[in-house]
Amino acid sequence: MQGNASTATTQPMIPLPHRILKVRRETGDVFSIETQPEGDESDFHFVPGQFNMVYVFGVGEVPLSISGDPARTHTLTHTIRSVGWVTQALKKMKKGDRIGVRGPFGTPWPFQEAAGNDVVIVAGGVGLAPLRPVIYKLLAEREQYGNISILYGARNPDDLLYGKELEKWRGRFDLHVDATVDSAKRGWMGNVGVVTQLIPKAISDPDNTLAMICGPEIMMRFTVNELQKQGIENSNIYLTMERNMKCAIGFCGHCQFGPEFICKDGPVFSYERVRNIFGKREI
Amino acid sequence: MKSLQPILEEHPFFKELEPKYFELLVGCASNVRFEAGEILFHEGDQADRFFLVRQGKVALEMAPPNKEPMIIDTVEEGLVFGWSWMVPPYQWHFDAHALTLVRAIAIDGKCLRKKCEEDHELGYELFKRFFSVVTERLQHTRVQLLDVYGAQV
Repeated sequence: MQGNASTATTQPMIPLPHRILKVRRETGDVFSIETQPEGDESDFHFVPGQFNMVYVFGVGEVPLSISGDPARTHTLTHTIRSVGWVTQALKKMKKGDRIGVRGPFGTPWPFQEAAGNDVVIVAGGVGLAPLRPVIYKLLAEREQYGNISILYGARNPDDLLYGKELEKWRGRFDLHVDATVDSAKRGWMGNVGVVTQLIPKAISDPDNTLAMICGPEIMMRFTVNELQKQGIENSNIYLTMERNMKCAIGFCGHCQFGPEFICKDGPVFSYERVRNIFGKREI
Repeated sequence: MKSLQPILEEHPFFKELEPKYFELLVGCASNVRFEAGEILFHEGDQADRFFLVRQGKVALEMAPPNKEPMIIDTVEEGLVFGWSWMVPPYQWHFDAHALTLVRAIAIDGKCLRKKCEEDHELGYELFKRFFSVVTERLQHTRVQLLDVYGAQV
């Protein structure tokens, strides 16, 4: 019998072994790993927005957003930028290697609130990764939502994540997809500029639009400003926060963000809830 | 021949401009078209006009010494670009080329400067609009300079 390998509620501090099925290079320093839980517990259920604590044995543990399709419960995908010891060790791993996974943890993106409304997804850089499961879910339940827009900003054309999928999504008649980069060499036919410039064209009915944002905090700050300028209420703006998650269950306090713990109360928050502390340098 | 006035009235850059000014603007305006790949102007050329894009996409480029030219911004339908016509010595500070077929209204800078000198209210109105565009572009440039998508180590 197949069981659920999600451990967040039963044994949140024990990593379960996963076998690596595939390591795929996405851009220069970003890669995705696809894993499968070992043993009888071969299904892994999560809701878009949640994250896992991923353990490289003998090296350490890092929080990673889940970037795969929530409907594909046999495998688990994380998209990772290699910046520290653990992520660099992950980058060197190969098919068949083992890692430990604790999770999934945290709050999901607000699908119930989004139902019946237009949805604008604004992603910056590697911030598209935690939003990709959202896109899969929205497309799987396409009839439940109004207009859906995906707006994506990256450093340059080589740093655009999931290029083939972006192209595929862009080809759909029921989806508005627009991307921009900070700079490009001659030959790039797309937009150059900041992601906020894409927002006005994507919003037609601000009273009935819900926005989901993920990217560097400064990018999210400018995005919130532009969304507000376009008439979207604070309560309809959601963002995902990132801090140094350690225990992932709200005990250790490493990810405290004002009165909130990002691992337990987030990582997805409505802007209304965090607006008094969002962007404060001291917090 | 069809007047350009309705096109200027519809362009977002001139939104809520007093109707009396459109006749003055039309006197300095011309319809222009650029094929994909065509150069609109080069850095250092005389900046004798600005453009209201009606259709298509324009790339603004700078060429660092000994490096390939970099696209630093793109401008699309509904937007305006070119403010060097307002500031001496009236020279372009970047290159511009059409990425796609571009249809635009070009407004003669020398002609408009003369009209602004004669009618300071028109001048003030245009400066307010351009200042808003310049401020927005400056903010965007600052964000681009921050390289926010680079790895946060």
